Amino acid sequence: RNLHLFFFLEKSFCWDNPSWLYVEIHFILLFSRQGKLRLQKWYTTLPDKEKKKIIREIVQIILSRNQKTSSFVDWKDLKLVYKRYASLYFCCAIEDQDNELLTLEVVHRYVELLDRYFGNVCELDIIFNFEKAYFILDEFIIGGEVQETSKRSAVKAIEDSDMLQETVEEYMNKPAF
Amino acid sequence: MPAVSKGDGMRGLAVFISDIRNCKSKEAEIKRINKELANIRSKFKGDKALDGYSKKKYVCKLLFIFLLGHDIDFGHMEAVNLLSSNRYTEKQIGYLFISVLVNSNSELIRLINNAIKNDLASRNPTFMGLALHCIANVGSREMAEAFAGEIPKILVAGDTMDSVKQSAALCLLRLYRTSPDLVPMGDWTSRVVHLLNDQHLGVVTAATSLITTLAQKNPEEFKTSVSLAVSRLSRIVTSASTDLQDYTYYFVPAPWLSVKLLRLLQCYPPPEDPAVRGRLTECLETILNKAQEPPKSKKVQHSNAKNAVLFEAISLIIHHDSEPNLLVRACNQLGQFLQHRETNLRYLALESMCTLASSEFSHEAVKTHIETVINALKTERDVSVRQRAVDLLYAMCDRSNAQQIVAEMLNYLETADYSIREEIVLKVAILAEKYAVDYTWYVDTILNLIRIAGDYVSEEVWYRVIQIVINRDDVQGYAAKTVFEALQAPACHENLVKVGGYILGEFGNLIAGDPRSSPLIQFNLLHSKFHLCSVPTRALLLSTYIKFVNLFPEIKTTIQDVLRSDSQLKNADVELQQRAVEYLRLSTIASTDILATVLEEMPPFPERESSILAKLKKKKGPGTVTDLEEIKKERSSDMNGSAEPASVNASAVSTPSPSADLLGLGAAPLANSAPPPSSSGSLLVDVFSDSPSAVAPLAPGSDDNFARFVCKNNGVLFENQLLQIGLKSEFRQNLGRMFIFYGNKTSTQFLNFTPTVICSDDLQSSLNLQTKPVDPTVDGGAQVQQVVNIECVSDFMEAPILNIQFRYGGTFQNLSVKLPITLNKFFQPTEMSSQDFFQRWKQLSNPKQEVQNIFKAKHPMDAEITKAKIIGFGSALLEEVDPNPANFVGAGIIHTKTTQIGCLLRLEPNLQAQVSV
Repeated sequence: RNLHLFFFLEKSFCWDNPSWLYVEIHFILLFSRQGKLRLQKWYTTLPDKEKKKIIREIVQIILSRNQKTSSFVDWKDLKLVYKRYASLYFCCAIEDQDNELLTLEVVHRYVELLDRYFGNVCELDIIFNFEKAYFILDEFIIGGEVQETSKRSAVKAIEDSDMLQETVEEYMNKPAF
Repeated sequence: MPAVSKGDGMRGLAVFISDIRNCKSKEAEIKRINKELANIRSKFKGDKALDGYSKKKYVCKLLFIFLLGHDIDFGHMEAVNLLSSNRYTEKQIGYLFISVLVNSNSELIRLINNAIKNDLASRNPTFMGLALHCIANVGSREMAEAFAGEIPKILVAGDTMDSVKQSAALCLLRLYRTSPDLVPMGDWTSRVVHLLNDQHLGVVTAATSLITTLAQKNPEEFKTSVSLAVSRLSRIVTSASTDLQDYTYYFVPAPWLSVKLLRLLQCYPPPEDPAVRGRLTECLETILNKAQEPPKSKKVQHSNAKNAVLFEAISLIIHHDSEPNLLVRACNQLGQFLQHRETNLRYLALESMCTLASSEFSHEAVKTHIETVINALKTERDVSVRQRAVDLLYAMCDRSNAQQIVAEMLNYLETADYSIREEIVLKVAILAEKYAVDYTWYVDTILNLIRIAGDYVSEEVWYRVIQIVINRDDVQGYAAKTVFEALQAPACHENLVKVGGYILGEFGNLIAGDPRSSPLIQFNLLHSKFHLCSVPTRALLLSTYIKFVNLFPEIKTTIQDVLRSDSQLKNADVELQQRAVEYLRLSTIASTDILATVLEEMPPFPERESSILAKLKKKKGPGTVTDLEEIKKERSSDMNGSAEPASVNASAVSTPSPSADLLGLGAAPLANSAPPPSSSGSLLVDVFSDSPSAVAPLAPGSDDNFARFVCKNNGVLFENQLLQIGLKSEFRQNLGRMFIFYGNKTSTQFLNFTPTVICSDDLQSSLNLQTKPVDPTVDGGAQVQQVVNIECVSDFMEAPILNIQFRYGGTFQNLSVKLPITLNKFFQPTEMSSQDFFQRWKQLSNPKQEVQNIFKAKHPMDAEITKAKIIGFGSALLEEVDPNPANFVGAGIIHTKTTQIGCLLRLEPNLQAQVSV
């Protein structure tokens, strides 16, 4: 944008890593329509307190937006790119000058990866297998940058790790506490 | 029960998550969590060694609890133990826990680093992957210290698996961001560049991210990446949609890689090699063409991916800003999106066009869309889109359409979202001033702003309108009439009362002839607002009243009655009470003449910054240049004896409340505001007033700053909302050294930051300047320093130009300021006796050897200040030399490499404010 008049933005926190450089994605949040956070991934270092504050703020901003609006919201000096899939919102914070459309497709590709792994992924899958959701994300994005855009390679990496298929019986024999 | 339980399903975890979900209240949830925490603690502390599965399960439960938002202060050691497990799923959970709950315990870090080291050395690609992910996720300095040397080796080793290379590239990128000093540059860099040629597109994608970041910091070292990136891009954009197999995304070939390559190219100017340049132009044309083809799929993913590449290509075209054809084509294609049914595309088209508007090649093409954009402002349902429309209107504004755009913005302001009102107000204020041909239009516009959005009109805006009215006498009568009319409204905004009070106090006499706005009516009108206003505004109005006493003697007694009333004289607010007491006293005892002098019309405002003034006030002494305010203060206290606050021209001297401080008008000069008609802030500047032939248009306000530097060496040369330029310099004989400090005031990086000092041909022969290069990136909030070595070869008239170019956000910034290297910097003071002085003075009889200049003093004259200026100017101040003690005499030698020039100076102040040199 051409005009950054004065500093209107309340500088409650600063992305002021001393040698801060262009980051593709600053953080990714997944939350439900009820505002329950399902996944958070941070690619910039912030104190936990700030993270909680940011999460509250962003969930509120996005849930208050209408359906017909664009998928982009200016937020501080970043831009939020979000999309709703069924009951879940996926939201990425990117640089102001970064590619918004491609970020939407980052989200979509991640949903496809989840879908491929869980088979018709739903919110419950992500609640009960949250660690898997993190692992899949790690295969796809490292340090805020897309690592592997091929669906086949990314899913293969995850499936390699699930070499053991267990039967329901084996599962039920595990302790329930 | 979970829908899926693959491989390592943890039943205990699933049960726990179900329990939490079944909790009816927050209290129940906390209770359940505390129970679980107690359970896990006892398991971890128990005598029985836990098996890997249990450990993994409990660590995972802790992680879940943490992600719910609760604090976790144990379990780190168990997680670290999991790292050395040979079972992949256990290791994986261990790493996840460490990544999410980073701990600064140094013993723990040592253990973690050890485990990572083992995994990196394991040659097992999955384990190496986990370790690299963990380093990238944590990204701490400790991690960088331990691994920044190792990872480049893994990255370029011939036998490293592709997937590990990808992780290594991005891991290194993360470390480079946090601790660039710890990542050693070396042989590996050239091999990294060649990864752009790699067979595996995943490797190329990851490597491109890394190279882009490295190239931003070290453009020279990574220059070869340009031609490689162009040829890679060319192969992608010309490939058929199925060629790239897995890397084709909804019929678009490798969109991620394309965008990254285009972004890498934005780190550089257009390629110099004509072949590479031609190939790149072809690529960009192909991308523009493909965007026009009918879609291969109806899916939004297809159009998003295709347009993502299109928008990035347009960004590169704008960045290069060198191909008029491409720029105009880009503009036309974006124009089609302005009415697209997809809100996202409308939003992005508006945003992209903003940057196109700043290019001279496409500015006109952007302007043709004005009606569509205005319509967007009126009809868009999404505030973010409307915001972009406002931005675009602002960007496309020029003299030809300013009236229309300002009118539309004002219109929109009536219903605009609160969140963007202040910004619109500022934009309108800037445009109105920048493109005002007729200042009555400007005054109307600002008053409209106050009427429509008074709460969002910041001080800077209303200060500015007063500055302009005071500096332009052709608009004063109109302004007085207009504010008078606006004040008639039953409910008007306090900001209007401030502007009205100030303007009527200065120029109310211009409309007093009209019986409808007679002095008494003006006074009653203002006073009817008095009790509704805040203290600072009331203080301002009291000053207006005392000015009225001077302007309109016929209502003096009415005003005295008001000042004398208990509500004023016994006001609880100290400032108001003091003003009332002093103004009343002033109006009673001062003669008409004194009153007229004290309450004289305000002199024109120069641009200045209050922060510098504050510093100056602290250290008044020889060598410091004095500013207008200083002089005014001196004068006003002289005039009034000891009663300092009684002077109206320095009305706020004793006021702690900054909003009443009209003298601070220049406190925050508006960005882009034109300098006021009267410029120069210094008495002696006229000696060097020849303006240089500017290479680029000089930044507004820079002349004033330049003038200030004639008599001093340190201070702030230029400041806008992005950048601050400070100077420190020292001169000795014909040599000098100047330190230029560039401060990034934003939190965003400046890229391709290139300051250049430019001398005209004439100047080049007389002034030798050597500059050291500066780092091309300036981090948010950071300051970089540049040294300029100066040698004066022979005498010169003009000043060098400092041109600064950089990229901020998506936009290219270009600004120029005059660098205050003036001949007098090479002045060495010389002491001499009266006899010597006049003997030499008479010797200089050749008309070419004497310059006499009679000029009207811009500021009141004060002997001490003038003396300080002469010393600051560089010459010796010779006391008791001139027979007339009122005259000032100075002498010095100008040192250049080729010659030394003696220079004598006499300043004869004339009490009627004429001064001659």
